[in-house]
Amino acid sequence: MSNNFLRRVDLIFDKDCDFKQVLQSAYQKSNDEIINELLESGLKGRGGAGFPTALKWKFTAEQPDPEKYVVCNADEGEPGTFKDREILFQVPMKVFGGMAICAKAIGAKEGYIYLRGEYRFLLKELESQLEVFHALLDEMKIPFRIKIIMGSGAYICGEESALFESMEGDRGEPRNKPPYPTVSGFRKKPTVINNVETLVYSFMIFRYGARKFKELGTADSRGSKVFSVSGDTPKPGIYELELGMTVEQFVEEFGDGDTKAVQVGGASGFCVPRKKFKDTIIGFEGVPTGGSMMLFNSSRSMFNVLHNYLEFFEEESCGQCTPCRVGCQQLKLGIEAVKKGEKHANYLEQLQKLAQTMKITAKCGLGQSVANSFFSIVENFKEEMIY
Amino acid sequence: MTDTKELVKTLADKYGRTRESLIPILQGVVQEERYISSEAMSEIARELDMSAAKVYGTATFYSFLDTQPRGKYVIRVCRTISCSMKGKNLIIQEIEDLLKIKVGETTSNRKFTLLETNCLGWCHKGPAMLINDEAYTELTPEKVREIISEYIKK
Ligand code: SF4
Ligand code: FES
Repeated sequence: MSNNFLRRVDLIFDKDCDFKQVLQSAYQKSNDEIINELLESGLKGRGGAGFPTALKWKFTAEQPDPEKYVVCNADEGEPGTFKDREILFQVPMKVFGGMAICAKAIGAKEGYIYLRGEYRFLLKELESQLEVFHALLDEMKIPFRIKIIMGSGAYICGEESALFESMEGDRGEPRNKPPYPTVSGFRKKPTVINNVETLVYSFMIFRYGARKFKELGTADSRGSKVFSVSGDTPKPGIYELELGMTVEQFVEEFGDGDTKAVQVGGASGFCVPRKKFKDTIIGFEGVPTGGSMMLFNSSRSMFNVLHNYLEFFEEESCGQCTPCRVGCQQLKLGIEAVKKGEKHANYLEQLQKLAQTMKITAKCGLGQSVANSFFSIVENFKEEMIY
Repeated sequence: MTDTKELVKTLADKYGRTRESLIPILQGVVQEERYISSEAMSEIARELDMSAAKVYGTATFYSFLDTQPRGKYVIRVCRTISCSMKGKNLIIQEIEDLLKIKVGETTSNRKFTLLETNCLGWCHKGPAMLINDEAYTELTPEKVREIISEYIKK
C-alpha cells in the first residue's frame, strides 16, 4: 500500500496455517489460561459494539449451569458490510476453530452458526468443511459439534437476543436485557455469541500469541480489522487493516479524489464529512465500526443516502416497540416533507428530538442507532436536506 | 392425503416436532411449494401441536418465508444504498420490461416473481440480485438480459 499509515495486514486470510497444531496447543492450556491469553490480547468484539471478547468468555465460563453454548453470529446485514461472507468463504476452518477454543474455555459441547438467509449459497461448502472439521475433532478426541442454522431474511436477527429467538423458532424480536447471553442465551442457557470475525481473530491469537496481536492498533483499539469498502471508490472490496488510522488516511487510499463523506459503520453508523476527516480516528476512540466503510463523492445527494437508510430501518424494525416502529416511519416522512417544502426547515429540529427520543427509549440497538446516521447526516449536510 | 399434508409430515419427520423445528420446516415448505399457504400453516400447527397463530406469526416475520404465491424463480434485487448508487433502478427497469411485471408481481405462468430486498452483502459489486439462492453481481442491463433468458429456457 502506498500510504504509510495504512498498514495492510494479513493475519486471517493467509491459507498456510497449521490448523490442527493451533487447536492442539490451545487445548493443552487450562481454561483460565485460554481466557487470560485472550484478555491479554485486548481483542474486542468485531461486530461493532466492542465488548472485550475475553470477558464474554469468562462470564459464561463462570456460570454454574453445565449446559452452555457457543454461537457464531453469521447474520451480518448492515448495509455496506460483507466481510463475514468472505471470511466464511475463504477460511471457514478458522471460524470453526475459534468456536472450538471457546467451547473448551467455557465448557460447551455444542456450537451453532446462524447463517443469514442471503448466504444460503455458502451452505453446501460450509457443511462439507464442517465434516472435515468434525473428523479432526474426533481424531483429537474433542467432544464438540457444530450445527448450521439458516436465517430467513431479517436484519434484526443479527441482534444477539433476536437471533436466539429465531433459533428457537420464534419471531426474531429482541429480548429485554439483562439477563445477558452470558447468563441466559440460546435455550435460556449461558451462551457465548461472537460474530464471525471475532471468532477468527480469537483463533489467530492462539496461533500467533496475544503479544503479536497487541502490537497492532492503538491502546483503545487493539489489533487489525477487516473492512468492507464500497460506494464511490476505485477499490471496492475487503481489506484487513491495522486499527487506528484516521478517516483522512483512509480516504487518501480508497477515495476517488472527490470524497465528500464517509459513512463509517453502515446505516447504523456515523457519517463523517470532509472537514472532519483529519481529526476522526477509525476505532473505539473515534468512530467505532463493524467494518463497513461507504464513500460518497460530490455527485451524491446526502438526502437520498439518509432516505435510503431510513427506508431500510423502517422495513427492518421488528415492530416490537413504538419509538422504533413509529419513529422510523416518522423520520422518513419528516425528511420527505421538509424536502418537498411542506414543512419548514425548522422541522428538522423536531425530527432530531424524535431521533434523540429513539436513542433513549428504543429497546434494542436497531432503534437506538438510527439516531447515529440521522444526526450525523442532518447536521453536516443540512442544506441538502432542505433544498 | 394432499401433497402439502405429506410434505409437512416428511419435513416434521426430518427436523423434529419441537418449536425449534418450526423455521426449518417453514423453509422446507417454501423450497418445495414456493410459498407457505394457509393450508400448510394449519398443517404445521397440527403436526407440531402449536397454535396456527404462532405459525402465522413466525412465518410472516421473515422476508424469505413467503406467505404469498411466488414464482418458481424469485428474483430479489438489492435496493440498499451501494446498489442504489450503482444503478439498481436500471436493473429493475430491465427486468420489468423483460418479464412484463412490476416489482412485487409474479408472471402469469408462475415462473418468475420480482421483488426488492435489503442489502445482500455484495455492496462492493453492486448492483446485486439473488435468483432463489444464487447471487448475481455487477449487473448491467445487458448482463441481466442474458441471465434472465437463461432462466426462461430452464
Ligand atoms: S428498537 Fe426496533 S428492532 Fe429493536 S426491539 Fe424495538 S422495534 Fe424491535
Ligand atoms: S447494498 Fe446491495 S448488496 Fe449491499
